[in-house]
Amino acid sequence: MSTLEKTENKECTKGTQPTKQLKGSQAVLEALLCEGVDTVFGYPGGAIMPIYDALYDYNDRLNHILVRHEQGGIHAAQGYARTSGRTGVVFATSGPGATNLVTGLADAMIDSNPIVCVTGQVFASLLGTDAFQETDVINITAPVTKWSYQVTEASEIPQALAKAFYIASTGRPGPVLIDITKNAQMELFDYPGYKKCTHIRSYRPAPIVRKEYVEEAAALINGAKKPFILFGQGIILGRAEEEFKTFLAKSGIPAAATVMGLSALETDHPQHVGMLGMHGNYAPNVMTNECDVLIAIGMRFDDRVTGRLDKYAKQAKLIHLDIDPAEIDKNVKATVPVWGDCKETLPLLTALVDKADHSAWLQQFRELEKEEVKEVIQDELHPTSEVMTMGEVVNILNELTGGDAIITTDVGQHQMVACRYAKFNQSKSNVTSGGLGTMGFGLPAAIGAWYGAPERTVVAIIGDGGFQMTLQELGTIMQFGAKVKILILNNQFLGMVRQWQQLFNDRRYSFVNITSPDFVAVAKGYGISGNKISDRSVLKTALKAMLDHDGAYLLEVMVGKENNVFPMVAQGTSVSEIRLK
Amino acid sequence: MEKQEYTITLYTENSIGLIGRISTIFSRRKINIESLNTSPSEVEGIHRFTILITETEEVLRKLCRQIEKQIDVLKAYYNTNDEVIWQEQALYKVPTDIVTEELYVERLLRQYGASAVVIRKDYTVFETAGHREEIDNLTQELTKYNLIEFVRGARIAIIKNSAGFHAKLKKFEEHEPSEEIIENEFLEKGESVFTM
Repeated sequence: MSTLEKTENKECTKGTQPTKQLKGSQAVLEALLCEGVDTVFGYPGGAIMPIYDALYDYNDRLNHILVRHEQGGIHAAQGYARTSGRTGVVFATSGPGATNLVTGLADAMIDSNPIVCVTGQVFASLLGTDAFQETDVINITAPVTKWSYQVTEASEIPQALAKAFYIASTGRPGPVLIDITKNAQMELFDYPGYKKCTHIRSYRPAPIVRKEYVEEAAALINGAKKPFILFGQGIILGRAEEEFKTFLAKSGIPAAATVMGLSALETDHPQHVGMLGMHGNYAPNVMTNECDVLIAIGMRFDDRVTGRLDKYAKQAKLIHLDIDPAEIDKNVKATVPVWGDCKETLPLLTALVDKADHSAWLQQFRELEKEEVKEVIQDELHPTSEVMTMGEVVNILNELTGGDAIITTDVGQHQMVACRYAKFNQSKSNVTSGGLGTMGFGLPAAIGAWYGAPERTVVAIIGDGGFQMTLQELGTIMQFGAKVKILILNNQFLGMVRQWQQLFNDRRYSFVNITSPDFVAVAKGYGISGNKISDRSVLKTALKAMLDHDGAYLLEVMVGKENNVFPMVAQGTSVSEIRLK
Repeated sequence: MEKQEYTITLYTENSIGLIGRISTIFSRRKINIESLNTSPSEVEGIHRFTILITETEEVLRKLCRQIEKQIDVLKAYYNTNDEVIWQEQALYKVPTDIVTEELYVERLLRQYGASAVVIRKDYTVFETAGHREEIDNLTQELTKYNLIEFVRGARIAIIKNSAGFHAKLKKFEEHEPSEEIIENEFLEKGESVFTM
């Protein structure tokens, strides 16, 4: 209890009034209401039955979505968090229910998604006895949670959940797991009312901004001839899209996105020069090693972004803006670290930078872009081959949605193609598994993404391999009616692994040849309409039919079997050595 | 950068499971913890970890930032051996007749400042405290004289250049800057959402 007692709380006046006796399970649901939760993704089981029993009476205030597998539940909560900007909530039972969350927790941890998982646990008296469905979920999940806590008494519940929501959603967000023993869910206790947590003495959501570093950063920028911005998801998590645009407008600096940063700045913005990384655009990769000042905002220099580290931006001075001090100097040494929330630091920096025009420098990016169009993009978006390419499908989709849709992807070639070519007009529109690269993420994330932004079109672009990892969630769509558009790009291979085997393993295609069921028939079995096409002439009408359909829809598009994603920064090479073919 | 011994000092909440969270930060990088001690600190209610590892300073800096990121950790410091006053404690169990009959053993025990904790007819337990090498040397010598049992405690260390944690803790307990954080935007619209 000691750590809970040191939490400072603000009273919530929304929930059930104090002094009433409540069961622990009811207190859990009261906490969710007070935190503004409207949707919970979950799956019941023995050890969480008291919470589900209480949920029966809260059904009018909390929308519970029964998923088909706990992994689907947490990916859905991630999708919800990413499109709504709020905390995603998951319920799961003990033992296998809890262990099924692990992949999603790891994914949410590395991609900084605010998630609160509530897991049931065996009776406190049975802890450590290998009881039925007992697993040590706190220790199993410790490395993949921002914080976790085991509750063994009902009276701990309000404070534990207040702390969970505070930690999950503040600072650099992340997943939190609260494990509640069955006796704690069942016990009656004097309900003290719910108090929101606002301060934990051992936890600093954001480091204190050091003004002298902001000044140093501004001086570097003002002296730069060839400055270049790399932006990541930190802009979106910090809700700093407008502050970022103001900074761009004044500084005139070209900017490139990481995969996770996509949609923080609209694709058409005149200073947006594309995507970084292994399958990113040609210009931003090459120019990373040409610029004189690199300004990294809310990104963490993943190895897929940097390529070979000892040949990465060695010529440039680096300004690194990040909320997480552990990210500064972790992979790339910063000349000036600007610690803090970019919502706070960007305006400070904007105020100090000179109004500048870097159009000649920006033009150099555009020249390189022309090369990429000629060598790669033209053929990908307007192929002369008979078989369709993934790129042309995404391109027509852009035409039809105008760039207003939320795109969720799975992992692999289709993901890179979608990230490269999808058009985004507004923030929180790109939902993908960036850090962990979790196949099976796309479909359940799309379900959650829709609940997070039900007024928007959600298109899940998924490969034939990844779709088969979590296609059971079609059942969730069937039962609850999420209007998710599923676009399967089927190349009849585990394409990305095949591409590597082709390029680096001498075409030794080892277990990448994957057969698929009749996806349209599978969808039909779940009451979901669908269509399968392999002819370019019907692509546009088929995509339009998918988007126009009132409800979920599955469209399977057969694409070239052995198409590769280029450009590519091969593993172990420098970003300057990016290959166009 | 050269690898060398570093003493890590952590100030933490006294919470269950924290030791596991901290140890995985080392084990995920395949770094061996050579010694680990947990104890109360100079501040009531605040726990102190003392961890000994051999690594480069660059790795130490990254490790300490990742440790400090743990919710229940208040502060992490790392210091070289020059920057700390450190001690390790050891217990030795030897046959009593060796001590009474072997003049060399008696001299050895005097030389290392060992003191008897328990004396029985069959065995005697000595205690000594000091640096690792001194303890290792005495152990080596006693091994030649039927050393029955030996145990060495974890390193404890005081940081030379530290004013303690009282003032720091006061800062941590201030609200700044956490009032500044962005709240769940949904909460502000509570009235329109809740129907209770």
